[in-house]
Amino acid sequence: MASQIWSGLASQVGSGLTSTSTSIFAPKGTPAHSIFSISMLVLSITTVIFLVVGGLLLYALLRFRHRRNDANAAQEPPQIYGSNQIELSWTVIPILIVVMLFLATARVILSTQNAPKPADALDVTVIGHQFWWEYRYPKLGIVTANELHIPVSDPKHPTPTYLTMSSADTDHSFWVPRLAGKTDLIPNRVNTMWLDPETAGLYLGQCAQYCGTQHAKMLIRVYADSQADFAAWIVRQQQPAVESSSAIEGQNVFQHTACISCHTVAGTIATGRFGPDLTHVASRDTIASGSVPNTSANLRSFIDNPANFKPGSLMPAMHLNDHDLDAVTAYLATLK
Amino acid sequence: MATHAPVTDSVVNSAPRRLVLEVLHDWVTTVDHKKIGLMYIGYALIFLVIAGFEALLMRVQLSIPNNHFVSPQVFNQLFTMHGTTMVFFVGMPVLFGFGNYLIPLMIGARDMAFPRLNAFSFWIASFGGLLLYFSYLGGSGLYGAGSAPDVGWFAYAPLTAHVFSPGHSTDYWTLAILLSGIGSIGTALNIVTTIICMRCPGMKLNRMPLLVWLYLVMSCLVFVTVSPLTAAQIMLMLDRYLGSHFFDTQAGGSAVLWMHFFWIFGHPEVYVLILPSFAFANEIIPVYSRKAIFGYPAMVAASVGIGFISLSVWAHHMFTVGMGAGANTFFTLATMIISVPTGIKIFNWLATLWGGKIHFTASMMFAVGFLFQFLIAGLTGIMLSVAPFDWQLSASYFVVAHFHYVLVGAILFILFAAFYYWYPKMTGRLLSEKLGKWHFWIFLIGFHLTFDFMHIPGLEGMPRRIYTYEADRGWMMWNMIVSSGAIFQTIGTLLFVYNMVWSFIKGPIAGPDPWDAWTLEWSTTSPPPHYNFAIIPTVESRRPLWDLKHPDDPDSHYE
Repeated sequence: MASQIWSGLASQVGSGLTSTSTSIFAPKGTPAHSIFSISMLVLSITTVIFLVVGGLLLYALLRFRHRRNDANAAQEPPQIYGSNQIELSWTVIPILIVVMLFLATARVILSTQNAPKPADALDVTVIGHQFWWEYRYPKLGIVTANELHIPVSDPKHPTPTYLTMSSADTDHSFWVPRLAGKTDLIPNRVNTMWLDPETAGLYLGQCAQYCGTQHAKMLIRVYADSQADFAAWIVRQQQPAVESSSAIEGQNVFQHTACISCHTVAGTIATGRFGPDLTHVASRDTIASGSVPNTSANLRSFIDNPANFKPGSLMPAMHLNDHDLDAVTAYLATLK
Repeated sequence: MATHAPVTDSVVNSAPRRLVLEVLHDWVTTVDHKKIGLMYIGYALIFLVIAGFEALLMRVQLSIPNNHFVSPQVFNQLFTMHGTTMVFFVGMPVLFGFGNYLIPLMIGARDMAFPRLNAFSFWIASFGGLLLYFSYLGGSGLYGAGSAPDVGWFAYAPLTAHVFSPGHSTDYWTLAILLSGIGSIGTALNIVTTIICMRCPGMKLNRMPLLVWLYLVMSCLVFVTVSPLTAAQIMLMLDRYLGSHFFDTQAGGSAVLWMHFFWIFGHPEVYVLILPSFAFANEIIPVYSRKAIFGYPAMVAASVGIGFISLSVWAHHMFTVGMGAGANTFFTLATMIISVPTGIKIFNWLATLWGGKIHFTASMMFAVGFLFQFLIAGLTGIMLSVAPFDWQLSASYFVVAHFHYVLVGAILFILFAAFYYWYPKMTGRLLSEKLGKWHFWIFLIGFHLTFDFMHIPGLEGMPRRIYTYEADRGWMMWNMIVSSGAIFQTIGTLLFVYNMVWSFIKGPIAGPDPWDAWTLEWSTTSPPPHYNFAIIPTVESRRPLWDLKHPDDPDSHYE
């Protein structure tokens, strides 16, 4: 408990604007920037209103407090019933503020939602699952999970990524605060949003619509790659699964237990669609939808019992013996 | 209802002591609006303690990252039960309780229009609350697993479908809300009829106390909003048991349809809760400022305006579900416009304070807390009305902080003010002012520790409804502060409960009119006889007792 507190506080201090920050006030993409600007406008207007009205309230409370030593303590103050002019003024002024704020807001809504889609835009289909993310690149023939790779977008030659979003089960919401606002993924419905990270790096987020038991560990990792890195990533992901003779035993276990009912490894008999695609699972930094780093110890523990990291995960504990567990872990580690 | 037995003892303290069974029988079979009002309030307070305890458990769990104090399953049940209980089994009944107690007294009537419907509404709604908590046992809980509903208080489809919510816990949730809704509609009908038909001679609509006006608007809103909610619950039951597909997305149903049904109820529901809070403020602030309310007609117009506009803002809960730019723009505008009549109210309270002689009783201190906190809650509401800002803030802890600022900072604070103000009328004894001020300061500190700092993790990307969070996001310090505030709020609430019990036995005798107030409830004894008024009063202005106390300068000369 104590160590948890200390490590938590230590990261608190370090997380001013590190790569793990998810602050909406550190925007790195056009939609997040335009939201940031309008939010600054709203914050300044509301601050001024608070200072004026709060100040008047405070003044009235202090100035007109009942004083015991008042000569006329027993006498009631003059009764004032109202004034139409005053009512009119504090109706009209707020209306003017509302109109101004509304026009500024409408501009941001239209420029974000109705932005023209450039020809160079990348298309990615995002499918929410309990409790992980499926990413499909239809024009590139790539299917991956939980770690979304997209190119950095140069303002001179914008290459934004357009997400087409739906859900396989319950409602989810895709939220990476530094890149854009959130958009829900709703079964039986298709939504869209777009991202255009301005600098390379890792952007974090997580599911923002309660979707079931493990909603909390449905984390999002968006890797904004430079154009060259992204091209290289595409080439690697388009390869079929690595066949490695050293892991043939683990592959056998994998293919002869229930794993293949839910998982795909491209180029093999594993074609399940219920769980994440594992064709290049070893190329990912994390497992369990971003919950833990992708080390062989974590992988082994997760296969043994997913509830070790994600209680409520829909993957059952496989109850493999130690030998099979080691073999499957070794096999998955070869899937670069 | 044994907890109420002592109340009866004091009501009839001149009579010889009666058997517990007789007292119980008296309360269970009563159709007296005052007793039903008190039962509503007592029932709400019991659930307030339960749901507050659930919140405390959640705050313990969230005080540090990756905590294992409760499991995700238990946490999800806690926030579902906390939200459902607070809205349907604390907020609604406590406000209906005060309305039931005060409206006939304030309009010079001897009871509600339909006393038996009144009793029926109370008992059916309280049965709903019991059913909700019975889910811990009945929703397959007897097989060993606690199984309260875990779908969230707005229970988005398709999480409520059989495939994602097997067992009966969701059914208990649906039935509890359905029954509570029947009770709410019954009471609302009763309040509207009472106000329209039962006013004493001379009390024209424009002479009614503002409290009565606000309850009229609130009750009309209940008709319009609880009905779609009830319809949606029936549709959900059909989906779950008779194979219909309203919300069943796997068979072509629409999840978004549920959202529309829920929020056409859910947003006006906020006003159903806040309008009675305005009602209390409209009575308490003038009396302790020793001035008539400023701008009575404007206050009535603003209340009615809020009632109408609140029906056209629901989809601001849905800015992230992928509505088109046109719909998002419309609901942004509608939501911003509602800030205008709301602002009028704050300005009129300010003008009422202006030039008065403000007495800082415990009740008034809570009312002042209400004014400032409602101001802040309104301003964060304006932020959330800006659809793009909402794309970031929606479903984050910022929203949680915002609506708790409304529900706790505004509604609960003014409710505490109402307790300190009307407790003497209800029991005949004053609450301890000293304990009341301690209660105020401790609760105020706790409130601000919890809900001021809760905005920050939301701005830093923390979504709501997560049972734990990542250690590297920088959310921990804020969450620890938020959790520490919960301790102060708990202590404050316990002080309040102690004050109510202690003052009931030992508090100073209040007399009919301890605050030198102006509305009709203060013209009869404390507590009032069961017929309220021996002679039905006749009024000539909005403040009949002011006229009595100042025959040389009555209000009727100015209205």
